[in-house]
Amino acid sequence: MANIRVLVAKPGLDGHDRGAKVVARALRDAGFEVIYTGIRLTPEQIAEAALQDDVNVVALSLLSGAHNTLFPKVVELLKEKGLTDVLVIGGGVIPAADIPGLKAAGIKEVFTPGTPTSDIVKFINENVKA
Amino acid sequence: MEIVERLLNHSRLALSKAITAVENEYDDAVKIMTEIYPHTGNAYVLGITGPPGAGKSTLTDGLAKEYRKRGKTVGIVAIDPTSPYSGGAILGDRIRMMDLMSDEGIFVRSMATRGSLGGLSQKTGDAVKLMDAFGMDVIIVETVGVGQSEVDIVKTADTSMVVVIPGMGDDIQAIKAGILEIGDLFTINKADREGTDKLNIEIEMMLELNPERVAWRPPINRTIASKGIGIEAVIDSIEAHKNYLIESGRLAEIRRARIKNEVTAMLNDRVNRYIDKNVVETPEFEETVRKLQTREIEPYSVVDKIVGNVLK
Repeated sequence: MANIRVLVAKPGLDGHDRGAKVVARALRDAGFEVIYTGIRLTPEQIAEAALQDDVNVVALSLLSGAHNTLFPKVVELLKEKGLTDVLVIGGGVIPAADIPGLKAAGIKEVFTPGTPTSDIVKFINENVKA
Repeated sequence: MEIVERLLNHSRLALSKAITAVENEYDDAVKIMTEIYPHTGNAYVLGITGPPGAGKSTLTDGLAKEYRKRGKTVGIVAIDPTSPYSGGAILGDRIRMMDLMSDEGIFVRSMATRGSLGGLSQKTGDAVKLMDAFGMDVIIVETVGVGQSEVDIVKTADTSMVVVIPGMGDDIQAIKAGILEIGDLFTINKADREGTDKLNIEIEMMLELNPERVAWRPPINRTIASKGIGIEAVIDSIEAHKNYLIESGRLAEIRRARIKNEVTAMLNDRVNRYIDKNVVETPEFEETVRKLQTREIEPYSVVDKIVGNVLK
């Protein structure tokens, strides 16, 4: 009986958590176990929480513009901790021009405003190695 | 096993993966627990329960920090309910504990109740054992005191703490819920709120009426966990209870009862699964149900017959 576990986290100095909470709720309703960790976190805190809770997915939300620094940092720290099979996804107000760079850095998908939550659920179901 | 060796050598990743194996009932879970068992029995287990919103997670965060100041390592198992509709869960206890993440002497694991038949207490017990073997001095199990299985978990701790807050409607509400009877100590959190004195008196009156609590009188502490106020006194009370348990010989009794509960639950679980697989999920059983519905037979002798066959 394995449930998909998703860590929802907001790195950096950004208190806008409405989007993250909506996504957390949608993921719960899709049957996932969602570990909601709140706002203003360091990449180190997020990576350590992902390790301790052995999550399948880390979902990062960011609206401050610091995604190009903080998202790749989380990916890097997860690898350092030996979490090589964690799916990292991102969301928030991310300019289209930044998305290829984030994907190259190991963010598997980026969901921008207007994305139906069902797309996120579908992406997770299709990409988590069960 | 390699994962057990790594766990015993303080690999946090191995600990995390081992808990997952137990929680998901992976094939290697039983082997892990078998090898771990001789390394357990050293940690002190604290159970914390109380109604939603009482501040259990914030208090747990404060207790963990205070234990660290006193040189103890701390494992935390934080349990939140699974939605009966979707099977999903929001595990939000960690949100109060994020600044513990930079401390290697602390390990926090969020667990969902999932739908398992009494399996929750077994899995929680296994998670506690894994943290114990890892070398945590104190293990805090934190859960909402709503269901029987949650209460069972806390009941089997060495020390059980009930967290209450003033102003939850009628103060008799807390007493009615029944969780007050399991507390070795009580903490009134958010004690800067109106109604604290009244609640304190209510709990004291309830304790007066409980004849079993003679040798140990549960202390009532007041905290404002969000500001870190009153935490030290709570730990002092936990230590006092621990000393009482050791000196009176009660600790050995509690732990024997815990082992008995665990083995009984494991036996029940095994028998349930056996019956599900070999009796309930067979075509013959469907036929039996059909005959019962048309009243060709009655259930009492059916049960006698099945039990006679299964438990030879």
